[in-house]
Amino acid sequence: MLEIKNLQARIEEKEILKGINLTVNAGEVHAIMGPNGSGKSTLASVLSGREEYEVTGGEVTFLGKDLLALDPEVRAREGIFMAFQYPVEIPGVNTINFMKTALNQIRVHRGQQPLDAVSFLGLMKEKMKLVEIEQSLLSRSLNEGFSGGEKKRNEIFQMAMLEPKLAILDETDSGLDIDALRIVANGVNKLRSKNNATIVVTHYQRLLDYIVPDFVHVLYKGRIVKSGTKDLALELEAKGYDWIKNEVAVA
Amino acid sequence: MSTVMNKNLTQEIIESFSADTYTEANDLRKQAIGYLETLGLPTNKSEEYRFTPITKHLEKNFKWENKNPQSSINSIDDYLIPELDANILVFINGSFSQKFSKIISPKDQLSIKTLAEAFQSESTTISSYFDKVGRSQNDPFAAMNSAFWQEGVCINIPDKTIVEKPIFLLHINDTTLSQVIAHTRLLLIIGQQSEASIIEKFETTGGEASFHTFIEEILVSESASLNYYKIQNDKGAVCQVTNSAIQQLSGSKVSAFTLTLNGQLIRNNFSITIDGEHCESHFNGLYLLKGKTLVDNHTVVDHKKPNSQSNELYKGIMDGNSKGVFNGKIFVRPHAQKTNAFQSNRNILICDDATINTKPQLEIWADDVKCSHGCTTGQLDEEALFYLQSRGISKQSAQAMLLYAFAADVVATIPHGSIKNYFDLLISERLQKNF
Repeated sequence: MLEIKNLQARIEEKEILKGINLTVNAGEVHAIMGPNGSGKSTLASVLSGREEYEVTGGEVTFLGKDLLALDPEVRAREGIFMAFQYPVEIPGVNTINFMKTALNQIRVHRGQQPLDAVSFLGLMKEKMKLVEIEQSLLSRSLNEGFSGGEKKRNEIFQMAMLEPKLAILDETDSGLDIDALRIVANGVNKLRSKNNATIVVTHYQRLLDYIVPDFVHVLYKGRIVKSGTKDLALELEAKGYDWIKNEVAVA
Repeated sequence: MSTVMNKNLTQEIIESFSADTYTEANDLRKQAIGYLETLGLPTNKSEEYRFTPITKHLEKNFKWENKNPQSSINSIDDYLIPELDANILVFINGSFSQKFSKIISPKDQLSIKTLAEAFQSESTTISSYFDKVGRSQNDPFAAMNSAFWQEGVCINIPDKTIVEKPIFLLHINDTTLSQVIAHTRLLLIIGQQSEASIIEKFETTGGEASFHTFIEEILVSESASLNYYKIQNDKGAVCQVTNSAIQQLSGSKVSAFTLTLNGQLIRNNFSITIDGEHCESHFNGLYLLKGKTLVDNHTVVDHKKPNSQSNELYKGIMDGNSKGVFNGKIFVRPHAQKTNAFQSNRNILICDDATINTKPQLEIWADDVKCSHGCTTGQLDEEALFYLQSRGISKQSAQAMLLYAFAADVVATIPHGSIKNYFDLLISERLQKNF
């Protein structure tokens, strides 16, 4: 589904990604872990199409298409969804209208009829239940005045609505208490299927207790320095990142 | 050079004045000619008009004659507000149109007369209120209007009367045959504990230039209330100067909204004088500009008595080569203790060629007051734009969504359903929010 080959990227003059290789197939969950500043969020940003990052080398293929050539909205329409670490508050933009516009533009891109108001609200009710979010939250301006947990839940709700093929969760656990974490993780798990894939970017193992990955990769200094199964995440939790840094230094 | 030319134009205008042309207010007209002579038309060095070259525009585009062409308009349907049930007063090329005007409110709720009629039959009202707060001495275009006004309307609302149907003042300038220079006026007296709503709309049709000055003098008596809307969506080659002077007496309440979308050169002098205690004034402005439109809003709120509050919010979105000008003056006089006065001007520039000049001016002589002002100018929030795009929304739709959110929050406060819907429609159209 997603193939990243030797991806290099920088922001301003700073090289951050120095050759990432990663293959993600349908049905898989990949965790990207690593110490602060290793390039985890940069990788997520580059995949979602943020302009501040300049890709200096390598390629990314998504379902056979050159992902890096697509505008952010086209990436989303093709099936990429990014759950933001810090979802922005947008006063004056009603969440429901926003979601309806997004869903219908995606549907048109995929050659489907836009949903009318009734079908849209029906779908919304169904997905709200799935991710345990209240109507009152969605009647407000997008993320405005939401708590950290509410923002993250809104991200997962949007993901449920848009049914992406590849979801990228960027530090979704940051700022969440354990109850919120469980709700968010439940939502993600319910959305998993053999047809879609998930990349979980996280600093801590904690989230991976709830969203169990098939593969764990450790990103350090802009490269994936170690890959393994979920046991690797447990090892990192027990030992910290230092032993990985030492291994890299020795190598 | 330009000073000489301005002198010439001022002189040319003054010389075109002949008291014989008019049947009413000849003394006031002559007096106003005197003011115009003293003030002169503004140059680019005139502080109040330094960003707004009206004089130059007049020199270039108009022949100074006091005769307007006949209009062949046979329907005003295109200019009406959908689903608005209102008293309609229509002016075409500066003259009152009996044919298109329609009064639906019962006679005991309000009296509506042309100024010509009012000068005949309401001499008390005229001598007490006409040309009293209209700024003829201070503003050359107000003076010009006071000298040359062709027609106007005088509306009197008795005490303790709620006028349910809004009053809709529609100005149409038909320049199909030739240029139009129109000077019109409104005198509106709202009695004690009464309520009224007024909507003013300005239109130009035809390909030639039009110049329009408008003076309105509005008295909002004790405990009365006024809802006021001005819509400037004039797609013709119009230069317009409006002078609005609203006077509030104790316990009165004013909500005003000025929406400007089109026109070549628009100057609004909007002033509220709070001449009583426990008054409330809310005045909003929204200017959404494109092309080469220049819109200049000069506002004044003058707190003369204690314990009142004013709240001003003007917002602008400038696209293309458009220019916005905002100047907001707040005066708090020495006796006006416990005044709350707030002012905010927020602007978004969509492209590099658009400009805004904004200036708050606060003069506060009382010591126990709460006053604040703020102005911001910026671009669209890139983070918000990216967030919307990352959900599959096109850049154009995302921009429209954010601009609409910026512009539309003040619309939510409009109490009349059909007016609110109309404002919403105009704003959505302008911002291409078509989803």
